[in-house]
Amino acid sequence: MTDLTRLTLTEARDGLKAKSFSATELTQAHIAAVEKAKALNAYVLETPEHALKQAAASDAKLAKGEAGPLEGLPLGIKDLFATEGVRTTACSKILGNFVPPYESTVSGQLWRDGAVMLGKLNNDEFAMGSSNETSAFGNVVNPWRRTGSETPLVPGGSSGGSAAAVAADLCLAATATDTGGSIRQPAAFTGTVGIKPTYGRCSRWGIVAFASSLDQAGPIGKSVRDCAVMLRSMAGHDPKDTTCVDAAVPDYETAVGRSVKGMKIGIPREYRLDGLNAEIDALWQQGIDWLKAAGAEIVEISLPHTRYALPAYYIVAPAEASSNLARYDGVRYGLREPGKDIVEMYEKTRAAGFGTEVKRRIMIGTYVLSAGYYDAYYVRAQKVRTLIKRDFDEAYAAGIDAVLTPATPSAAFGIGEKGSADPVEMYLNDIFTVTVNMAGLPGLAVPAGLDSQGLPLGLQLIGRPFDEETLFALGEVIEQAAGRFPVSGRWWG
Amino acid sequence: MSVDLATVKRVAHLARIAVPEADLPKLQGELNAILGFVEQLNEVDVEGVEPLTSVTPMAMKQRQDVVTDGEIAARIVANAPAADDDYFMVPKVIE
Repeated sequence: MTDLTRLTLTEARDGLKAKSFSATELTQAHIAAVEKAKALNAYVLETPEHALKQAAASDAKLAKGEAGPLEGLPLGIKDLFATEGVRTTACSKILGNFVPPYESTVSGQLWRDGAVMLGKLNNDEFAMGSSNETSAFGNVVNPWRRTGSETPLVPGGSSGGSAAAVAADLCLAATATDTGGSIRQPAAFTGTVGIKPTYGRCSRWGIVAFASSLDQAGPIGKSVRDCAVMLRSMAGHDPKDTTCVDAAVPDYETAVGRSVKGMKIGIPREYRLDGLNAEIDALWQQGIDWLKAAGAEIVEISLPHTRYALPAYYIVAPAEASSNLARYDGVRYGLREPGKDIVEMYEKTRAAGFGTEVKRRIMIGTYVLSAGYYDAYYVRAQKVRTLIKRDFDEAYAAGIDAVLTPATPSAAFGIGEKGSADPVEMYLNDIFTVTVNMAGLPGLAVPAGLDSQGLPLGLQLIGRPFDEETLFALGEVIEQAAGRFPVSGRWWG
Repeated sequence: MSVDLATVKRVAHLARIAVPEADLPKLQGELNAILGFVEQLNEVDVEGVEPLTSVTPMAMKQRQDVVTDGEIAARIVANAPAADDDYFMVPKVIE
């Protein structure tokens, strides 16, 4: 039999429907692949028995003709999503062996639609990082290597486990979350597709909170079509999250292959950074040419506050994180370090439980929210955020349908290469993605080529609020032109 | 703006994170690098600009003020490091 793990999610779905193989066979193939791929450290918890039980139930449903949209399809779940009865840690020591007595809304909708859970995927601790080097479970290794080199590369972050698992065929697709680029940057680093939907499209209920006004769940998949199918199941109204919109979810798959003729694509001149990597610049031009060839109209636009998005983000996100992470106090769940009184217990617990990057961000957040600094930092950053959003509003009001930019300023870099001396060096990874979170817009990262060292590079499409369909249509044009980017050699086993 | 050692110490206490004296200078340097980076926001003219409070214009939904959940004390304390008889246990707070 052909290697079932090499199929895309939608190919596997069609294969199950055609009875070419069973959900149990499909799941077993993935469990075997996961077992052989420990070197990548993509999974922090494997749940093979749970998966086989779900697969057997799916086979019964498939036989009865009662299959859901994701029936029998094995997925990986980022460890930020609470999964009932299955350890959930956000890859932090402070959550210890937390076993949620509830299921996140998004993952619950995947099981409702018939999906199978292979296990929990590694991520940066509390999703704070751009390289998956801050996880309490250790680094994830990118399945991609530079041509002729064995240097281990980062998969990007924070959804590094999700991106690596999809790229290495350790699941058909994965859930992920994106606060400043955590879906799109790892997708770009691994040759996979990722979409951060509009803020409010997916429920945040049951997802470990980082920065509540920026966090959004989305899928990472092997193709644009796979992401469209995943998002349809993940999205939708949830009374348990008041920021989750009450609007019908379109059948996103019908947008894949839709004509883009006559669409107006904005090319923001502010993204042409001084010293932008020449290969990234060439890839961007290639993307422009592909969309033009498909009948889209290319328009140069200006988003003048772009350069302020990253500094504003590094006020807003840590501020919200410092509030959200106040709950980890050693009382209700997770780690507790004894102290002589309750304050010492809090301080020792949080010192032992949080990693370096998380502590740094809590400290920054606490400082910018503290008396006397709130207006100078937090309020100013939120005003700048209004200006960033206004830039996009004006472009869309002028008739722009979507914006095309590079996804990242570089290809995947080596483990340990960045950020050790200056945290800001690592933060610059999100320079092209973070504006999208600040404005609450949808953003899709799609692989578009390889650099001279053989590593994948991605393009980003930014859409109007709740117009993910246009992104899927445009993303498909790029995927058709560039092809998909499966990893060629499985060096990990 | 940059922070001095005393401020780093104060912020660590506000954040309830124990930081050993020896680690304070390194943390101070890192915080100042980040604060230096965000300094560029001072170039932006924000006169008369409202701070953004919601990216999607939407009215907060309201629901009936009724109990929708509960009677699950055992599940709530199940993950507690110390619990007794459905209560969370903490070190003595009042002398």
